[in-house]
Amino acid sequence: MSFLDASDMTGGYGAADILHGCTLKVEKGQIAVIVGPNGAGKSTAMKAVFGMLKLRGGHVMLDGEDITALSPQDRVRKGMGFVPQVNNVFPTMSVEENLEMGAFIRTDNFRPTMEQVYDLFPILRDKRHQNAGELSGGQRQQVAVGRALMTQPKLLMLDEPTAGVSPIVMDELFDRIIEVARTGISILMVEQNARQALEIADQGYVLVQGANKYTDTGAALMADPEVRRTFLGG
Amino acid sequence: MEFLNALVAILNYVVVPATAYGAQLALGALGVTLIYGILRFSNFAHGDTMAFGTGITIIVTWGLQALGIGLGPLPTALLALPFGIAITAALVLATDRVVYSYYRKVKTAPVILTMVSVGVMFVMNGLTRLLIGVDEIQFADGERFVVAARAFKTATGLDEPLSIRTTQVITVVVAGLVVWALFWFLARTRTGKSMRAFSDNEDLALLSGINPNHVVAVTWIIAAALATTAGTLYGLDKSFKAFNYFQLLLPIFAAAIVGGLGNPLGAIAGGFVIAFSEVGVTYAWKKVATYLIPNWEAEGLLQLLSTEYKFAVSFAILIIVLLFKPTGLFKGKSV
Repeated sequence: MSFLDASDMTGGYGAADILHGCTLKVEKGQIAVIVGPNGAGKSTAMKAVFGMLKLRGGHVMLDGEDITALSPQDRVRKGMGFVPQVNNVFPTMSVEENLEMGAFIRTDNFRPTMEQVYDLFPILRDKRHQNAGELSGGQRQQVAVGRALMTQPKLLMLDEPTAGVSPIVMDELFDRIIEVARTGISILMVEQNARQALEIADQGYVLVQGANKYTDTGAALMADPEVRRTFLGG
Repeated sequence: MEFLNALVAILNYVVVPATAYGAQLALGALGVTLIYGILRFSNFAHGDTMAFGTGITIIVTWGLQALGIGLGPLPTALLALPFGIAITAALVLATDRVVYSYYRKVKTAPVILTMVSVGVMFVMNGLTRLLIGVDEIQFADGERFVVAARAFKTATGLDEPLSIRTTQVITVVVAGLVVWALFWFLARTRTGKSMRAFSDNEDLALLSGINPNHVVAVTWIIAAALATTAGTLYGLDKSFKAFNYFQLLLPIFAAAIVGGLGNPLGAIAGGFVIAFSEVGVTYAWKKVATYLIPNWEAEGLLQLLSTEYKFAVSFAILIIVLLFKPTGLFKGKSV
């Protein structure tokens, strides 16, 4: 059984369904990437996994436990970390305070985790007393990922982590994400930059209209001429 | 000598009273700005919360005086203040439970919450009057002056007197302590930080596991403490009259908005901007001008506005800020 097993998810925000039997699975320590055209329901699928959307059908299992009925807050306690696409930091608080707030639910000493985050993103150590709102886009994304890592999640979910950052910063962020996965954390990520994302993906999902269109390893999807032609621009 | 006399006149009639008044406004505006930043609405009941808290403090003061308990040269009201704060905090927490919590649950628009607070204002308004009446009450006791006018004149040989009342010094000292404690709390403690996080980004705060009910309750308690302290200091410095506190709402909101709603530092700066403008504009500058410009007798009083119009000053400043810098001096949230 996969570490995350979100199967046959059906649901939407209002009366109309956006997801139609969408299935996402992530193995322990692996990177799964969701790609697809605009409006395919990528972010919605991610929100459904995190419990920000009521499902009409399907279920979400984390590490063999059914968490379909849990609120997002309770899912954080079960080991999920979520980095929203926008508004993902506390802008008038310092970098260090952002990380502290990430660790809010922890009652043990979170300093070692903070050191790990600083080792992963050394620039944050230099800027730890600066307000997150004053940082560049790429640095702010690092704060956002760092904040989510502070709960020591077992599954980290990233909604378009490279939106609005330069290609160099994007490569750097992807490198860091691979590093996070190597520590045994599973990663589920929505990405606009499909090519680069599939290159680092163990598992790739191409969603179209709220349903799985292609599901395979990242490399296999990159090699599939059909996928290349329709979604990766040749 | 003439120059010194002018300086003392400015100190006596503008700087000293405006500093005390500014400190009172700053405390009031801090409460308004905290509620705005964390609960996201303009709390029109804040002036009447001040009145209620001060009313309770006065009643406890009377009780203490009857028991013969006092603070010597300091006003007894300082001893009664913690009781006033506790009872006011209980009242606003009960109000939150009965009234506001419902509107938070249905996620109503901020403007509706503001209108709800107008309703709460009327209820508190009536409650305060039932409790302590509508008359003007003087409740300051203890030593009246730190620097007395006559003593100052004999000591310096100047023509102009300088008097600094005990209540003015207490106002500034207490306000300073309260502000320091508040900033320390917000910057250093876990609860304080979680309040700032909640104000910054509510969704992310919830995702981080911050308990919104806890944040809301602590915010109300702090707002009640600030309102009661501000009201008591104002009452000690001037006098207590329920209606005056309702009127204070305008300069307090002006102060919070001038500083930038949601920004505590801005609220303090805003309080002093409003107080100095109000006192400066309504002061008759003739005497100072006579000292400074020799051989010239001003025809009028050199008073820009008569004191009856002092609220027009806050109103004008409010309009100017909203027109040209809606986020205020310290980058608060735009209204």
